Amino acid sequence: MPPDRVVQPIRSSQDVVRVRQIARERAIAQGFSLVDQTKLVTAASELARNTLEYGGGGEVTVELLNDSVRRGVRLTFTDTGPGIADINLALKDGFTTGNGLGLGLSGARRLSNEFSIESKLGEGTRVAITRWR
Amino acid sequence: MEKIPILRMGRFLLVTIQVDMHDQLAMQLQNDLTDRIVADRAHGVLIDISSLEVVDSFIGRMISNIAAMARVLDAQTVVVGMQPAVAITLVELGLSLEGVRTALNVDKGMELLREQVGAAGRI
Repeated sequence: MPPDRVVQPIRSSQDVVRVRQIARERAIAQGFSLVDQTKLVTAASELARNTLEYGGGGEVTVELLNDSVRRGVRLTFTDTGPGIADINLALKDGFTTGNGLGLGLSGARRLSNEFSIESKLGEGTRVAITRWR
Repeated sequence: MEKIPILRMGRFLLVTIQVDMHDQLAMQLQNDLTDRIVADRAHGVLIDISSLEVVDSFIGRMISNIAAMARVLDAQTVVVGMQPAVAITLVELGLSLEGVRTALNVDKGMELLREQVGAAGRI
């Protein structure tokens, strides 16, 4: 059984690959169906890339959640990058400040059961997603 | 540096994505394919993603770019072998892959390309 909590730095594209692997391992450990595993890993991939490309690099904390009734996985992405000027705008499908498709944040939210985002200009961003079995 | 091999099958090109792609590799593939479409006068490109367990918006954008470049060069693009879990996730992610046909496998993908090419009045 993998550890309950692990922190993975996101400083390169290899790290993005590692984030996907960790997310996959955790999803399997918590007994997720294949589709749910794929959703979690895909959402993690989107947010990891965002952390790298827009956040200037950061890290993700991956936690196994086990309360008395359900099992889940939570990934919290943090960076100390420029922050997001308009969160509502950033959450709109198709909005991108780079070359992307603008689906990363909104997509990750759709693919997850829980989603939260905090950001402060000039300080950084924190995005957390949770998927329950 | 690693490169994704591009195979020629008649008037079509086949690319199999198996590894985790990073920016450089994706750009390299898009450039190489564009060069090959012209060099081989290819009528179509088959992108085999049957090994991919995850298709995120980065890969989605790469596929869309390839299809757009191919179209400009008068070639069709067909994506083959999408895993069911990936298909479900792509829909929820909101990735539409417009202008990209899909087929179950390479055989069916080639059939599809031949039909389209035939309809365009070429051999």
